[in-house]
Amino acid sequence: MIYREAGDFKTSYQSDAQTFPIKLDRIGYFITLFVAVLVVPFVINDYMANAILMPFLIYAIAALGLNILTGYCGQVSLGTGGFMAVGAFACYKLMTAFPDVSILIHVLLSGVVTAIVGVLFGLPSLRIKGFYLAVATLAAQFFLVWLFNKVPWFYNNSASGMINAPERTVFGFAVTGPGASAAAQYLICLAFVIVLALIARNLTRGAFGRRWMAIRDMDIAAEIIGVNPLKAKLTAFAVSSFYIGIAGALFFAVYLGAAEAGDAFGITKSFLVLFMVIIGGLGSIFGSFAGAAFLVVLPVVLKVVGADWMGWPDDLVAHLQLIIVGALIMAFLILEPHGLAQLWRVTKEKLRLWPFPH
Amino acid sequence: MKKFLATALATALLAGPVAAELKFPSLDYRTGPFAAGGIPFADGYSDYLTLLNERDGGIGGELISNPTCETAYNTEKGVECYEALKEDALVFQPLSTGITYQIIPKASVDQIPIHSMGYGRTSAANGKVFEWVFNYPTNYWNGASIGVKHMLDLNGGDLNGKKVVLLHFNGAYGKEPIPTLEALSAKHGFEFSTLPIDFPGQEQKSQWLKIRRDKPDYVLFWGWGVMNQVAVQEAANIRFPMENFIGIWWSGSENDVLPAGEGANGYKALQFHNVGSDYPVFDDIQKYVVDAGKAAGAGDQVGTVLYNRGVYAAMLAAEAALTAQKIHGTSKITGAMMRDGMEALEITEERMAELGLPNFGPAFSISCENHGGRGPAAISQWDASSKSWSLVTDFVDPDEEVVNALIEADSAAFAAENNIAERCN
Repeated sequence: MIYREAGDFKTSYQSDAQTFPIKLDRIGYFITLFVAVLVVPFVINDYMANAILMPFLIYAIAALGLNILTGYCGQVSLGTGGFMAVGAFACYKLMTAFPDVSILIHVLLSGVVTAIVGVLFGLPSLRIKGFYLAVATLAAQFFLVWLFNKVPWFYNNSASGMINAPERTVFGFAVTGPGASAAAQYLICLAFVIVLALIARNLTRGAFGRRWMAIRDMDIAAEIIGVNPLKAKLTAFAVSSFYIGIAGALFFAVYLGAAEAGDAFGITKSFLVLFMVIIGGLGSIFGSFAGAAFLVVLPVVLKVVGADWMGWPDDLVAHLQLIIVGALIMAFLILEPHGLAQLWRVTKEKLRLWPFPH
Repeated sequence: MKKFLATALATALLAGPVAAELKFPSLDYRTGPFAAGGIPFADGYSDYLTLLNERDGGIGGELISNPTCETAYNTEKGVECYEALKEDALVFQPLSTGITYQIIPKASVDQIPIHSMGYGRTSAANGKVFEWVFNYPTNYWNGASIGVKHMLDLNGGDLNGKKVVLLHFNGAYGKEPIPTLEALSAKHGFEFSTLPIDFPGQEQKSQWLKIRRDKPDYVLFWGWGVMNQVAVQEAANIRFPMENFIGIWWSGSENDVLPAGEGANGYKALQFHNVGSDYPVFDDIQKYVVDAGKAAGAGDQVGTVLYNRGVYAAMLAAEAALTAQKIHGTSKITGAMMRDGMEALEITEERMAELGLPNFGPAFSISCENHGGRGPAAISQWDASSKSWSLVTDFVDPDEEVVNALIEADSAAFAAENNIAERCN
């Protein structure tokens, strides 16, 4: 009744091809944007920013990146943690080498560096597929973390191998370092998320996205109709790594402030982002956000409910968390293999027909 | 949905306990691969604070609250826990070098001191640069130099041509001693090499294969949690002479050696406090806390090495709070006042005896310049037949010449990176 296309007339190709063809979706999108940009920064506190919002936004960027590679182009990658580490360490080196250049430029450059590294490690994808490619990217994960542990140049020869983000400002507001306010940190992550999500959405709808999806669905057929697999796969690796690199740079510089390669960017990170993509929905922009929100917010909610409200012991809650998150992942894979995005799509279909289903 | 959760969270946080007490938060870990180390320490820390509440009515008449948060030795969870507990907190003791590094920059902004007792950033011992961070009574670099001193003693003062391997956790914690050991190797002429173990360290076959092949004279060990048990077991498997295998104080608890049984006999570890349960304070803990059913854990850890360390950490925190109360003439202290108390902390042997811990740890005093204490440590050895640790040396002072120069250099680098001007002038 309320949620429908009827009456929403499209008078140009542009309006017909827009991201949200249904009016209610558009309104919802702009309300979300409005709340995120103009309301949240005024009510945010340190705990909300550090425990929920920043990790959610940063993981959403990483999930977008991995979704481009795995969801749209069909190349399974377990190297996400390693690529995030590339972004983080590139950002650290740039921040300390050129302290006068804006942090925004450093973050973007970290993405570019990661894209180059991603393309290098994407080269084997031309020969190997599926599980074998996953193993090859796993090698990237271990190699990169080992590299950042082994070569002291990457962490400016500090005794412990930790990298620390010095204070950097954007428009006079500190966004990294201890003096940064929660709102400034949140807004900087949000700005990256909005721009990157918009780019991702439009890339995947355009010629690039079609090529990636053609490769994903059947690479031989794609080749026959004229898609160059070399170009398609490597662009997917490049764009995906660019996103993941930016996520890594923000993760280190804005969110954590200090990081070490093995602890912050280990194999668990790769799996976490992969789970986000799978639970959220492969090949869906909304899914990347939903998956990130699910895996970031759920543990915090379980902790607050279990430890703070119910007063259960910490260790019991921590174990319950593992059990519940694990069980939910399995339940999702069995009941809705296409993830939260598919649930959302089904809901929307139902809404369109409501209250007169066939 | 998200907004609902956010509001739910906000109310949960607002509805927290009213902060009329002295708040000593614990970032502990009772889960994950390092739980074997985390549980006894967390028990000791909480039990001592409970004892103060039950026996003395808190510190200076103020009751103590001890909210806990599970970090699982994970830095991201550590950040979340820090944010959740930081309001009105007096001191943070995260028991993780990674999390310590994480919150060092925040400490000065939030005005909450950090006490990383025998871990964390070693150069924090330099109070001129690190105003809010303390790592008394000792640190890794002191530990490394005391380990080398012990080797020197065993070899008549000459380590020329000896091979020493550092087997370490491949992370901030395990890498800390490397610069010190490199400097000491140059000074004493021993061959030094490192063997990293990746988190969590349940698989160390390749490292021990290398040790078996290279036959080093000594293996120094910086491990934690499950890594320790595996290393001791592997050392026993290749019949490495246990008395030449020396762990840091985080690799020397009962949990680390018991699984290897007889094979662990003779394994050595550094300690910066005494071992055993033969102290009056443990009788009080038994009476007021464990028997009263108020123990933080199962109550089965009393008197173990890491439990003692938790008690020691809580005791030092309580003493600092008491000092702060005296300085500021108020019983309701804040984090900033607590910092002043920590900086004026003086632990004498008489005071330790009064507290029911005679000869438990060294006497030391903290000043504006020196946040690290004197730094002595002793070597302890495991006796598998009686299942007990015992100190085999006296408390030895570290090689200050080497360590202090490194602390100066590292803290100067931190000061330059973060534009910090030296204090205490």
